[in-house]
Amino acid sequence: MLSAGELTPETVSEILTLATQLEREDPIQRAQRLAKRRIALLFYESSTRTRTSFELAAKGLGADTTLVSSLSSSIEKGETLKDTGLTLKAIILRHPSSGAPWLLERETRLPVLNAGDGMHEHPSQALLDLRTILAHLSPGVETVSAHALAGVTVAIVGDILHSRVARSNMLLLPKLGARVILCGPKELLPEVALEAGPGIEIERDFTRAMALSQVVMMLRIQAERLAGLQVDLEEYKTRYQLTEERLAAHAPKALVMHPGPIIRGLELTGEVADGPQSLILEQVHHGVAIRMALVLRALSQPARKAVGA
Amino acid sequence: MSTILIRNGHLIDPAAGVDGLKDIVLRDGRVAEVAEPGKTTLGKAKPGPDLQMIDAKGLTVAPGLVDIHVHLREPGQRHKETIATGTAAAAAGGFTSVAAMPNTVPTNDSPEITRWMQAPERNAAIRVFPIGAATRAIKGEVLNDYAALKSAGVVAVTDDGHPILKDSIMREVLINATRCGLSVIQHAEDTRMTGGCSMNAGATAFRLGLRGMPPEAEYGLVERDIRLVTELSMNGKGDKNGHRPHLHVAHTSTAQAVAAVRQARRNGLRVTCEVAPHHFLLTEEHVGAYDTNAKMNPPLRSAEDRDAMIQGILDGVVDAIATDHAPHASHEKEVEFERAPNGITGLESALGLSLRWLHHEWKLPLGRVLSLLSAQPAALLGLRGRGTLSVGSFADVLIFDPKQEWVFQAKNSRSKSKNTPFDGWTMQGKVHWTISEGRVAFQAATA
Repeated sequence: MLSAGELTPETVSEILTLATQLEREDPIQRAQRLAKRRIALLFYESSTRTRTSFELAAKGLGADTTLVSSLSSSIEKGETLKDTGLTLKAIILRHPSSGAPWLLERETRLPVLNAGDGMHEHPSQALLDLRTILAHLSPGVETVSAHALAGVTVAIVGDILHSRVARSNMLLLPKLGARVILCGPKELLPEVALEAGPGIEIERDFTRAMALSQVVMMLRIQAERLAGLQVDLEEYKTRYQLTEERLAAHAPKALVMHPGPIIRGLELTGEVADGPQSLILEQVHHGVAIRMALVLRALSQPARKAVGA
Repeated sequence: MSTILIRNGHLIDPAAGVDGLKDIVLRDGRVAEVAEPGKTTLGKAKPGPDLQMIDAKGLTVAPGLVDIHVHLREPGQRHKETIATGTAAAAAGGFTSVAAMPNTVPTNDSPEITRWMQAPERNAAIRVFPIGAATRAIKGEVLNDYAALKSAGVVAVTDDGHPILKDSIMREVLINATRCGLSVIQHAEDTRMTGGCSMNAGATAFRLGLRGMPPEAEYGLVERDIRLVTELSMNGKGDKNGHRPHLHVAHTSTAQAVAAVRQARRNGLRVTCEVAPHHFLLTEEHVGAYDTNAKMNPPLRSAEDRDAMIQGILDGVVDAIATDHAPHASHEKEVEFERAPNGITGLESALGLSLRWLHHEWKLPLGRVLSLLSAQPAALLGLRGRGTLSVGSFADVLIFDPKQEWVFQAKNSRSKSKNTPFDGWTMQGKVHWTISEGRVAFQAATA
């Protein structure tokens, strides 16, 4: 399981419960759980937030972590992903190619946690986003069902085409009853996105999408993946930038989220990012708890196939 | 060279209009006689050192198959395939002629390489017809010497995986090839639209986070090429020697490309096309969890496109089934999907898949299937004496059981590479013998 698409509501519930349990556990006791276990963080793409979060999670459980990044290893000498993987034990993988975790799992038969693959998925981010949403909309709830987010509408706004966070969220949130509205211009949000899964809609008008939503998730334009695609940034800002005025006028109560890194003054203004409706810092906090749960599940169920993130 | 007598087989030779029990005598690499059972001039001769008897009772005898699109990887990439291993795989699949693409290392730009590929030292099991590079090093800039290539044995020119995008160059290629009586094969892909893409554009590509090749990249170039052929066909009169340009569209994969070929033919142009088994059987869904054996170029397309390939085959607009046999070593395919090379092997599964699906499932008559795999492709590239077993033709024979089912196992493949999405698939039609120019090139263990 390397994709949010493969999660059932029951599994999601287990992960959330475990995350809360681990978060509350005595740190010394918690550090016994994976003592002396070795976990490799295989990062083929630069990352600060996700890498730190997974590293803190693994260390919090007492595991020894080895960071292998593309700037300090045989990766840059052209060793294949398969050959690198064969030398390791359990792997947390961030990779610029969509599907790379499947290759690694197939070829190494090790537990692999997907920490983001190309434009494809970032399932641990979707789970931490879910935990953040639940903490505000259903505080105190520790288990979830297929109706946990019934009546909740989440707008995902911006560069959907190149976003693995968007894909994981649009697959995960409807499983718990949420309605997902994708919002963005045609070149960054093709119509075929509707076919990605159930419970997905497209609304190109940002203000209409905001008015319908309890949660507004903003995405960065991924300049590094545009591959020649021309986006007029001024026009983009005119139509899709989240400003205090827009927020006050159309979604004064909505929760504002962003997976980071944020580009202040592009997809949202600094005031919104730091404003009272913003959960951006809180998302980071939920990340460590979720990833502790994912790492523990991956290493404590060797009989099962890799438990994903 | 000894004589071979094939007795009591059911001969299906679509080009000669034969469909019935016949005895066939092969002598000196040619078909010497085709007669009613027991009625050949050999009378009651006994097998001996000079006479081999093959009892084909209950089996079908047909012209050896002709694949006009294979990559044999020699010279230059022997770790993927050699002419010897590729043609051994071809013989096992019932083929007696293959046309080899020029994207070798170096590319086939010269009479020297063309002759080298056909030299006896290559140990080819069957006949190899080299296809020459249309432009030097398949860079789409400077035309090669077609007359010299043709005299060395090339049967067509193409730049294969590096399609000729510039109108002016493609026009020159068509003019020069026509003057020399050569066909021009185009891998139709407007590469300006497909940079960084690794599968078909659409919902599946979006879901998998992969960049997709739009169908327009294929049919747009087919339409451009047809415009050039229209222009150069001089109202059907051809050039001063009466030659008309022949454009052959390789591995058609989109409904619109087939429609464009259909229209071109209605307009009286010499435009032909081929379809590969994977394009009439599989869709983009087969990429599954990033299976690199479902990665090829052109990519697996939508179900509508797949259905259009089947329709094109059934209604006759498709002229040939060709495999685009493209071997790659396992270490080359076991990489990230986006980094994996394009292509799959196909020589040993083409007949079994065609019979299983086109004939058995979709009821295309056996003779039509065999024609698409032999007579038509041979005619398309002007391979004289191939694709038929009329007296005087080359003794290229396929003897098979059209009813026998079997399971294709990639690990048993004679190709050096095992990159196929059809591993474990049930095939229909077991090859018992393949005879190339009067020599047994393949004999099944049970035969």
